[in-house]
Amino acid sequence: MKAAIVVFPGTNRERDMALALKRVTGVAPRMIWHHETDLTGLDLVVLPGGFSYGDYLRCGAMAAHSPVMGAVRAFAAKGGHILGVCNGFQILTESGLLPGALLRNAALRFLSQDCYLRVENAQTPFTRRWAKGDVFRTPLAHGDGNYTADPATLERLEGEGRVAFRYASAAGQVQADDVDSNPNGSLNSIAGVLSENNRICGMMPHPEDLVDPLMGGEDGLPLFEGLVEAVVR
Amino acid sequence: MKVRVTVMLKDGVLDPQGKAIGHALHTLGFGNARDVRVGKVIELDLQDCTAEEARKTAEDMAKNLLANLVIEDYAIEVPA
Repeated sequence: MKAAIVVFPGTNRERDMALALKRVTGVAPRMIWHHETDLTGLDLVVLPGGFSYGDYLRCGAMAAHSPVMGAVRAFAAKGGHILGVCNGFQILTESGLLPGALLRNAALRFLSQDCYLRVENAQTPFTRRWAKGDVFRTPLAHGDGNYTADPATLERLEGEGRVAFRYASAAGQVQADDVDSNPNGSLNSIAGVLSENNRICGMMPHPEDLVDPLMGGEDGLPLFEGLVEAVVR
Repeated sequence: MKVRVTVMLKDGVLDPQGKAIGHALHTLGFGNARDVRVGKVIELDLQDCTAEEARKTAEDMAKNLLANLVIEDYAIEVPA
């Protein structure tokens, strides 16, 4: 799997992501600066976390219009696989590659903590190593992670199985109005969504931060292992 | 041509900042403050165009970048 990570001014989680990708592919991913537009030969493009362009205007708004995103849109149109984590998820919604938007956390505070995610659809390149209903731990760190979408979009997402992950309790209980299990107040506890073709996934928590026993666990590793399997080349 | 674009969260979209400011205003004794909402104002100057053209350009800007229409509405003013 040939993977690349897009780096914007203000991106700061690209090295964690590179570690996770190297762990499953054995090679260091390519780093793509936001001015570059050549994505030839890639299987996976990752938009990592951080504060691209200082979160000016809205999180991800400026990055969505940077030169590299034109190429990422074309890559998506050709059926390329794209993973957006945290700020990467915000950029994907701002660029229209994923539906909905990320609002300020319901309790206004920046959150930096572990959370539990329940796998809602295991038939995707991002979730194939899990079974539907599996629960795994992952860190999150964001100020604007409160997922929202209009009622029609929400109905479509839910109906088409395009909710990849939901915030849950450690036991797998999902309750949207419970701040312990759904800390940022996301609609329907949605933590990650998929594109129509299931090849684009955006999520707020950071699975790349739990991919090695040295990090305290490997709970996020199945996501990356599954991607390698799905994108064999 | 001066243009002012005001971007507000849509009605019905939770505005926790507005809520927090509302609480603070109540604490300060402004007990009659209701429905506090927070938005953004973007001012700019458009060269060589009529008021009508300026309004149209600002509309394009708002749709493409200044507002996220999933969660926000915008209003455009072109002061005479």
